Amino acid sequence: MPGKLKVKIVAGRHLPVMDRASDLTDAFVEVKFGNTTFKTDVYPKSLNPQWNSEWFKFEVDDEDLQDEPLQITVLDHDTYSANDAIGKVYIDIDPLLYSEAATVISGWFPIYDTIHGIRGEINVVVKVDLFNDLNRFRQSSCGVKFFCTTSIPKCYRAVVIHGFVEELVVNEDPEYQWIDRIRTPRASNEARQRLISLMSGELQRKIGLKVLEMRGNAVVGYLQCFDLEGESGLVVRAIGTVCTLDKISNTAFLPACNSPSKEMKEIPFNEDPNPNTHSSGPSTPLKNQTYSFSPSKSYSRQSSSSDTDLSLTPKTGMGSGSAGKEGGPFKALLRQQTQTALEQREFPFFTLTAFPPGFLVHVGGVVSARSVKLLDRIHNPDEPETRDAWWAEIRQEIKSHAKALGCHAVVGYSESTSICEEVCILSASGTAAVLNPRFLQDGTMEGCLEQRLSWQPGFFSIGSEKGEVDFFPQNQDSSSLLGLEETSPPGCGFCHIPYDELNMPFPAHLIYCYNCRKQKVPDVLFTTIDLPAEAMVIGKGCLIQARLCRLKKKAQAEANATSISNLLPFMEYEVHTQLMNKLKLKGMNALFGLRIQITVGENMLMGLASATGVYLTALPTPGGIQIAGKTPNDGAYEQHVSHMQKKINDTIAKNKELYEINPPEIPEEIIGSPFPEPRQRSRLLRSQSESSDEVMELDLSHGKKDAFVLEIDDTDAMEDVHSLLTDVPPPPGFYSCNTEIMPGINNWTSDIQMFTSVRVSRLSNINLTNQTLNKNFNDLCENLLKSLYFKLRSMIPCCLCHVNFTVALPEDEVIQVTVTAVAITFDKHQALQTSRVPVEKTLQRASTDNEEQLQFPLELCSDPLVSQPFSPAKEVLENASSHTGVPAAQRAASLDKASPLAEGHLRHRSVPSCTNSTVSVVKMTPLSFIPGAKITKYLGIINMFFIRETTSLREEGGVSGFLHAFIAEVFAMVRAHVAALGGNAVVSYIMKQCVFMENPNKNQAQCLINVSGDAVIVVRESELEMVPVQPSTAVSQPASAGDVTT
Amino acid sequence: MTNDLDIFVGNTTLIDEEVYQLWLDGYSVSDAVSLRLRSGILEQTGATVDVLQSDTMDHYRTFHMLERLLHTPSKLIHQLHFQIPPSRQAMLIERYYAFDEAFVREVLGKKLSKGTKKDLDDVSSKTGITLKSCRRQFDNFKRVFKVVEEMRGSLVENIQQHFLLSDRLARDYAAIVFFANSRFETGKKKLQFLTFEDFAYCAEQMIQNWTLGAVDSNVDDMDVDLDKEFLQELKELKVLIADKDLLDLHKSLVCTSLRGKISVYNEMEANFKNLSRALVNMASKLIHTKDVRDFFIDLVEKFIEPCKSDKWTLNDVRLFLTQYTTSAHTLDAFRHQALWDRYMSTIKSCLLKMYHD
Repeated sequence: MPGKLKVKIVAGRHLPVMDRASDLTDAFVEVKFGNTTFKTDVYPKSLNPQWNSEWFKFEVDDEDLQDEPLQITVLDHDTYSANDAIGKVYIDIDPLLYSEAATVISGWFPIYDTIHGIRGEINVVVKVDLFNDLNRFRQSSCGVKFFCTTSIPKCYRAVVIHGFVEELVVNEDPEYQWIDRIRTPRASNEARQRLISLMSGELQRKIGLKVLEMRGNAVVGYLQCFDLEGESGLVVRAIGTVCTLDKISNTAFLPACNSPSKEMKEIPFNEDPNPNTHSSGPSTPLKNQTYSFSPSKSYSRQSSSSDTDLSLTPKTGMGSGSAGKEGGPFKALLRQQTQTALEQREFPFFTLTAFPPGFLVHVGGVVSARSVKLLDRIHNPDEPETRDAWWAEIRQEIKSHAKALGCHAVVGYSESTSICEEVCILSASGTAAVLNPRFLQDGTMEGCLEQRLSWQPGFFSIGSEKGEVDFFPQNQDSSSLLGLEETSPPGCGFCHIPYDELNMPFPAHLIYCYNCRKQKVPDVLFTTIDLPAEAMVIGKGCLIQARLCRLKKKAQAEANATSISNLLPFMEYEVHTQLMNKLKLKGMNALFGLRIQITVGENMLMGLASATGVYLTALPTPGGIQIAGKTPNDGAYEQHVSHMQKKINDTIAKNKELYEINPPEIPEEIIGSPFPEPRQRSRLLRSQSESSDEVMELDLSHGKKDAFVLEIDDTDAMEDVHSLLTDVPPPPGFYSCNTEIMPGINNWTSDIQMFTSVRVSRLSNINLTNQTLNKNFNDLCENLLKSLYFKLRSMIPCCLCHVNFTVALPEDEVIQVTVTAVAITFDKHQALQTSRVPVEKTLQRASTDNEEQLQFPLELCSDPLVSQPFSPAKEVLENASSHTGVPAAQRAASLDKASPLAEGHLRHRSVPSCTNSTVSVVKMTPLSFIPGAKITKYLGIINMFFIRETTSLREEGGVSGFLHAFIAEVFAMVRAHVAALGGNAVVSYIMKQCVFMENPNKNQAQCLINVSGDAVIVVRESELEMVPVQPSTAVSQPASAGDVTT
Repeated sequence: MTNDLDIFVGNTTLIDEEVYQLWLDGYSVSDAVSLRLRSGILEQTGATVDVLQSDTMDHYRTFHMLERLLHTPSKLIHQLHFQIPPSRQAMLIERYYAFDEAFVREVLGKKLSKGTKKDLDDVSSKTGITLKSCRRQFDNFKRVFKVVEEMRGSLVENIQQHFLLSDRLARDYAAIVFFANSRFETGKKKLQFLTFEDFAYCAEQMIQNWTLGAVDSNVDDMDVDLDKEFLQELKELKVLIADKDLLDLHKSLVCTSLRGKISVYNEMEANFKNLSRALVNMASKLIHTKDVRDFFIDLVEKFIEPCKSDKWTLNDVRLFLTQYTTSAHTLDAFRHQALWDRYMSTIKSCLLKMYHD
């Protein structure tokens, strides 16, 4: 009996009228946890009842504490008939179970009903008294911290990054049970909500147990998903990265604490001698099961790895091995070390997308695997072997792909599913990488501790100008400490190829790194991770999307699965071609945060890839795109081709200007490439997806002048070229990316707006062909983006960050696109000042790195701006552009043109805050930070699942009105929970699922939404300066590091 | 390809003031879109009509959802459903309760009943304000009326507290409630030259001096109903015109002190008895509800129009009324000085406010 849960019901307000006669309500509350229920007294005839109940006490196992949600039901007392339910509140008490998070949950919660939505609010106080439990064989894992954030949380330091953890639980879906035919929709929805809440609690507890087994104390990058498999059941699965985290005493004043402060270490669970001797690896009994490849009864066909390989890797265009001088042996050594650190791990995967500096050594490229499965009823929910085996297969494939790239680890790893009827596509993707082994082991920690501490400032203050400036010197320091400076300078090291040049797994162009000239780099780099903080970039980034539809015959079971499997490799190939073309069109050479989603519907497959394109200084300047006509003798045709060519060239030039991509012209001889002179062009022919011979032949050439040839040999290809040019750039003052931060912008203001936008489009009355589908889908996405730009125009200058598109095909000929992102206003003038920093750095670096070849123009090294960093923006502009070759006048003009608008809006926004609101503001963002603020405390994970249903769709304003209200309600409930935990923001917020179904004929609709994020307390930076060191005092005391008083 | 569903939901509710005004003005989505088009917004932003349409729909949906809360502004402040910065909340409320001058002049003093609401289409076609907007404004009047009608304490403060309006708007609503309660006639042709502001000022004066609240600040309906006892007592003033000596004496006192100061001396002297009779008769009749309703018509017909026809200036009126009021104090036979002041100070303020073209 290791825990006591105490609940007090204080009051209600704005209750709905339940008694038509009196226009009032006789409300009382039922408080339920597990199988115990308490009731308050009836508070008669009031819409604002004051119950002020006693403390209801539940004495429960901590296992139950983790699994069960607290369930609060508000009812209307009725003397003669059954009491009517007003609504419910589910409270996840998990944040109260670990000492560092919240200590009390107290506040107003919206009372939610699955049919009526929010109906008033209730004030509740919840506390937990945990007793120490010395039972080693316990089933609970209280105390393990969970973070959705896919980087090391801001006020923690990673002592060890242990590795991958996964788990899944399955159950029957209440919606599909026989009882559902006789119960009300409300009862069915509530059963479902409760079950999923219970399952995710159980899942989290089980993951926690694995974490303890691996001797970690936290899961970072925790991603939990639901698969609504319909008849065959409900799967809740989660993956994450196990870490041992240390709380940093004071994030705001980090540079001060340079000492290795070992006393701050608090890994409570490492102290317990673990009875399980599997300390080295994450092997658990369950894991072993995943290996036992049980031949599933269901039919399953995996899209063969060779297909995926082909369609994936040639496009990613990774360079090959290290022919470098000293790089070879070092790399081998490194590989060995990493191997020992990783080889005990079944899956050396990391769900993180941003890393402590020095962690990421090399990046190989994107690896992904998909498999098509037929769903079958899960007969025994306690042994979800089939699902486990499916995922194990996929992960194995990913692992082997990574190996082929000479990498031992996969970072930025994620998994997803798409289900249509009984067919399910399982997908996994990540970025193959070589990691620094020191972070992965307990033993070697002491030496590394210091560097990591000194590394933190740059890492933490992403978004503040100061951080950016501070970063580089520190960067150099610590890299030299790590002994890596020779082979991998921090700015470009991760770009260097990890694989062997002579044994390239695929054809690619390689070239010496433009930054250090010592190692080979590929000409293009695709990754699923965030842009590393130390990466050197020129100009700004932009959101790049590839969109694709493929028709598919309607089919049943196996035939269906087969046809999908056959289509998949072609889709992946097309998606990559599109991405590559669009990247070239933008004049950029690397993609970050790549996420390819393949969605299956009844009669079509949709592919949507989103990524953020950037120009990495280490990689060569991308060549243009050349169009080659098929019939060169036809005059008119040729004219047309040259017209297209001109358009493309213009677009590239325009984009380069728009994104400020002005790489310094480096004389050819500096490159010092031992390669022969580059040939004029390389060719890539469409339609040669598989026959690799020819590609090899044609791909021999390389070099930075290479152009990308598009051969328009049929109308299909013509369409593609057209679609390339239809993507409209965002209006002036707008930027967009799907990564955490936008390269080239680092002076965010605190003005943020997180939003979700949903569009459902019916493809009625159109001739369904691949072309029209593509066009429609493309238009849908482009229009959606345009709409966002228009709506957020008052925030200009602004960047849409973490733009996350999700596509669903809920029924025949219906496409649903959901976008969640955050718009952040930035300070334009400061932006201009800092935007030169990377360029300048590059120049400096380039010059220092090439000291032996002093042909480099001298004036570039002694940048006059260094001495006067706060010169007016315009001047900076002129100076900067004098280097980069864009006419200064032109730039300044574009600046002047946009500014009055922005100022006007600024004035608008600065309305003095007013009076008597009692509702505290909760900010939400999909990013891991709040611009202009410091996270002082993580309060726990928010993971909520809601169902809303209506039988009066028209009366609620149709589908748009219904969903609009519901999403607003979901936001409200998330905010209320965070506020009750004492927080004022949600970071790493994500809407993982938004399943919408309608039946207009019956006037019905239903929607399921699953959201998650990390509840935090943030303090504005300006306030921090005024109230110094306040939160640190409690933590810096070594023993009682658990409890922070904020 | 048609968009079945198209929504945008921000964590902070996005509010476009321009669209809000169009919504308040009762325009349909398509009208609002074409009005926005005319404002040249597309040229400024490079957007398309589709985008504008979808944006307008979104805002209209949001406003529709907010409307329920705007009916009880305190709910808007405390609700959790929409995260809106306080300054924006204040803007939403203030604009929602704002009304059109043309509309309020049509409805002022009318019973806020279903019958009046049915006639709103006439009001709409007469004023050019959309019926939807008329209904909103009417419902606002009625809602405020219902809430504060039977409430203790200051009318303005009650309105402010319950509807979180600015001081200015709360005062206007106090006037509307006061007029609706006593059903003052304001719509007659003769009264058309008076603005809502004139009436609001008069209402404020009457609330301050003639209601129960003026003497006792702790009674129900204190600011809404006129003080019946006071109205009863007003009959006593009749002595000023009934007693011939008193009337003559009063006249001579006024004439003496105004000689040389007033530009229309002769006209004043000739008309004194008529004017005095009009003012005192009005006082004595105010106990009858019907005469209360005709209060403003009486002021115009019996005082303002005669003066205007004799070309009195505003200053002449002021001098006359001041002297007329103070001279009564020196009449030894007249013993209702306090009552006289309570009546005349308000009459004087009202008349001076109303005396314009």
